[in-house]
Amino acid sequence: MKSWLTPRNAFVTALMIVLALLPVYSALTGNTFMVTLFTRILILAIAAVSLNLIMGFGGMVSFGHAAYLGIGGYVVGILAKEGINSGFVQWPLALVLSGLFALAVGALSLRTRGVYFIMITLAFAQMVYYIANGLDRYGGDDGLTIQRRSDFGGLINLSNRTVFYYLCLVLLMATVYFVWRMVNSRFGLVIQGARSNERRMRAIGFPTFRYKLTCFVIAGVLCGLSGVLLANHTNFISPALMHWTRSGDLIVMAVLGGMGTVFGPVIGAVALLVLEEALPHLMGLASYLATGKEVAAAKEYWQLILGPMMLLIVIYARGGIEGLISGRRRG
Amino acid sequence: MLYLLEQSLNGIQLGMLLFLLAAGLTLIFGIMDFVNLAHGSLYMLGAYFAATFVGLTDSFLAGIALGLVATFFAGIVLEVIAIRPLYGRDHLDHVLGTFGLLIFFNELVRLIWGPAGLTISLPSQMLTAVQVIPGIYYPIYRLVTIGATLTVALLLYILVMRTRVGMLIRAGASNREMVGALGVNIKLLYTLVFGLGAALAGFAGMMQAPLAFVQIGMGENILILAFVVIIIGGIGSIRGAFVAAIIVGLIDTMGRAFLPDLVRTFLSYSAGSSAGPALSSMLIYTLMALVLIFRPEGLFPASSK
Amino acid sequence: MKRLLLASCAIAALAVAPAAAQQKTVKIGFVSTFSGPVAAIGNDMRNSFELALDHHGRKLGGLPVEVIYEDDQVKPEVGVQKVQKLIESDKVDFIVGIIWSNVLLASLKPIIDSKTFTIVTNAGASQLSGEMCSPYVFSTSWNNDQTPQAIGTYMNQKGVKTAFLIGPNYAAGKDMLEGVAATFKGNIVGRELTTWPTQVDFQAELSKARNAKPDAIFAFYPGGPGIQFITQYAQSGLKGQIPLYTAFTIDSLSLPRLKDLGLGIPGAQQWVRDLPNEANKKYVADFRAKHKTDPSFYGSQTYDAVPLLDSVVKAVNGDLTKKDAMRDAARKADFKSVRGNFKFGPNHIPIQNFYLQEAINEGGEFRMKTVATIVENDQDKHFQKCKMPN
Repeated sequence: MKSWLTPRNAFVTALMIVLALLPVYSALTGNTFMVTLFTRILILAIAAVSLNLIMGFGGMVSFGHAAYLGIGGYVVGILAKEGINSGFVQWPLALVLSGLFALAVGALSLRTRGVYFIMITLAFAQMVYYIANGLDRYGGDDGLTIQRRSDFGGLINLSNRTVFYYLCLVLLMATVYFVWRMVNSRFGLVIQGARSNERRMRAIGFPTFRYKLTCFVIAGVLCGLSGVLLANHTNFISPALMHWTRSGDLIVMAVLGGMGTVFGPVIGAVALLVLEEALPHLMGLASYLATGKEVAAAKEYWQLILGPMMLLIVIYARGGIEGLISGRRRG
Repeated sequence: MLYLLEQSLNGIQLGMLLFLLAAGLTLIFGIMDFVNLAHGSLYMLGAYFAATFVGLTDSFLAGIALGLVATFFAGIVLEVIAIRPLYGRDHLDHVLGTFGLLIFFNELVRLIWGPAGLTISLPSQMLTAVQVIPGIYYPIYRLVTIGATLTVALLLYILVMRTRVGMLIRAGASNREMVGALGVNIKLLYTLVFGLGAALAGFAGMMQAPLAFVQIGMGENILILAFVVIIIGGIGSIRGAFVAAIIVGLIDTMGRAFLPDLVRTFLSYSAGSSAGPALSSMLIYTLMALVLIFRPEGLFPASSK
Repeated sequence: MKRLLLASCAIAALAVAPAAAQQKTVKIGFVSTFSGPVAAIGNDMRNSFELALDHHGRKLGGLPVEVIYEDDQVKPEVGVQKVQKLIESDKVDFIVGIIWSNVLLASLKPIIDSKTFTIVTNAGASQLSGEMCSPYVFSTSWNNDQTPQAIGTYMNQKGVKTAFLIGPNYAAGKDMLEGVAATFKGNIVGRELTTWPTQVDFQAELSKARNAKPDAIFAFYPGGPGIQFITQYAQSGLKGQIPLYTAFTIDSLSLPRLKDLGLGIPGAQQWVRDLPNEANKKYVADFRAKHKTDPSFYGSQTYDAVPLLDSVVKAVNGDLTKKDAMRDAARKADFKSVRGNFKFGPNHIPIQNFYLQEAINEGGEFRMKTVATIVENDQDKHFQKCKMPN
């Protein structure tokens, strides 16, 4: 904390520079897929940061966080299908609905704890998942193609790859900054206090339920924003966005990067998704060069490593990548 | 009326499958306080083992028996290597660590058995239906699965309620430290319970394999349903799991049987077809949410801790 | 173990492989399903595609071919990502394949936006034939509802008065049931759509079908789920009571597993392995020599993509930037199709015959056999909705 020149800060700065310069690299090499890939990473990083707010700082392990991705995405998709393309309508509505859903889920589930909390958040997410499955007009199971991205008049053109990338980067940074300010405020300290000893915080006179609920709603809204961006990015939404394994992926990102630190989930999102994309690609290419055709086993191979890696991180390195870099261990 | 009875049988059959999965899950959860997302992987492993052994021995029964033994030992190995270090950690660590295992097992199975999946062919005498009561024909194999599960449930009941091991299991569920202090090898007990849970999950996979399809990820959706069952039934309670499994099985089947037509009377044909199954799935989660809100310990709490 | 070895080889190759020699090649992105219960379909398509490439000396219009295979896992959201990757990162000249209508619908936007020349070799979503038709997208298969329409016609011929329809709840499943309903003149007493591709236990639906007491059941279940459906249909004792009519459910992929269970169940198809034309004889004979089994209709459609692409690349002398000239060449369908020659409609969907087929036991081997022609030169009914931009 004293010196700014720590390995951790050097790493974070380097990552930031890479992220900021990526479209330049992509323009120079002509590989537009890099921008597509990293836009997705930035968007999911926002979701992971929002999950980390409740999970890492508040101790509320939500196993249904992907529901907000879906709500944000489906608001954009449904409105676009009905001919309402204005981002000034789509975005606020998506955020408000995400917040309201979080309010309802939080109000009901924050009375439970531990595994019951995990399961009840999962239950609510599954309900949204099945609602989306039942929306026949909006593709049901098959999902929905979004023909036009959100329209902000002449203000900003989301269809431009580079513009959209930088918008996501700015929103991610804003989210990180906002969460950082929040956890270091009085509000954040109450939340963290409630995680370690809720009874004591109540005894001191803090209405912890209300604090936690507020925190839960804020995380829901932030993740809803991520959903809005994701729908605009892929031009496609489907219930699969909300499958319970997606919620699992978000948890993995947060923990892999380092829970309980604001920037950790960003590292986790980058690490997980780059691994997911780059490793099979490289190995596919290699197998192609070696045998003359792509070996399907390439993709399996990296997940065989990822699974046990997650287990090892849980057992031995609970600070995640962030913790390893800064040499700090949590819990 | 006969139709309703036939659909009830279908619901009970699904419930039996859920019970096999939920019983192992609830034992592990209740005794070791351990959330095991990899339970669905053991279900999958059981099915793959059985499919392999049925293929090798050319006998359905021998394949199942060998598959059971294999899954039991797979569970024990898994417990010793990967699960043991996680006892006593918080539930998030369990969820995450076993989520990693789930990914690992999917890929391992792909590596060993390939991506395409397997089938188990039934002996030809199982390929018909019998008249259970006048007017209702029911596939023999499904009756066999119901019978087999009931037998397993009975054996499990005897094991837990009437034997020394069962006494330790019950004691372990209500007070872990005390059992340890009495000189019982708690580590061994945990390992055996985990192996038992694995075998139960594997058995569920084997029973389902001839009806469904042995494939990667086959345990993922059904695992979540099994979690719902143990939450509704009360964590740690085998009796609760049994009742809740039948409730969930009936709701799911009845929903699929009747809701689409019901919705179609209000909406179009295709809207009803999409919304019907979605609604019946939602019913189950709604039930679980209601139980959690109003009766957080479940319908049949195992013990008052 | 073989896979493990291959993967290890791949790692070793990464270290030593030199940069690939620079040469103008035709790059093809092949999207299909290579995992899960329907992987057999993707493998059959790949085998036929590889065979066709071998038949062409692994060259299209004189240029060497490079194929990148991608697995869509039967998931639209995965499919669209793979398609984006092929277009943006691999910069392929052509996309070929796509089994599933929902994967196709999700992938169409990036394909059309990037003007990537695409041959769809199975998915027959009605939208592709209609409002979402595109100048650079061609199909070597059919529109989803054509095959069930043929079956509906056949059911009329057989005097079926009441029918119960069942299929999976995704784009193609809905199209299929609509197709039967369009031509079947009798009364439809029930329709069921089941969750795709996860639901493979159909007992509740079969109970429902029995209760509805129809003259016939129509089912559409491609791949592994089709085997499950036919097996459970037999298990439930319905086989002797209510006859079953199918589309895309019994084929040469499922027959070796179904064996006797597959006999006596009629289906319709635009290609059968015993169609008497030279191209088909060569295809089936060489396929059997290599893979010891008949190819399926999925394979036949994918096989056709290669001579079609060959004619396209030839027409522009390998200059793959001349997309309009390529489109005009493709429209001529100037190649020997294994189904016999056909024409493209204005929406780039084939106008072709549909045959009645049944499974037979030929000296211990279960094979498909053409029984009759149900309809000739059938055109899909959506082409008028297609406003093809030129």
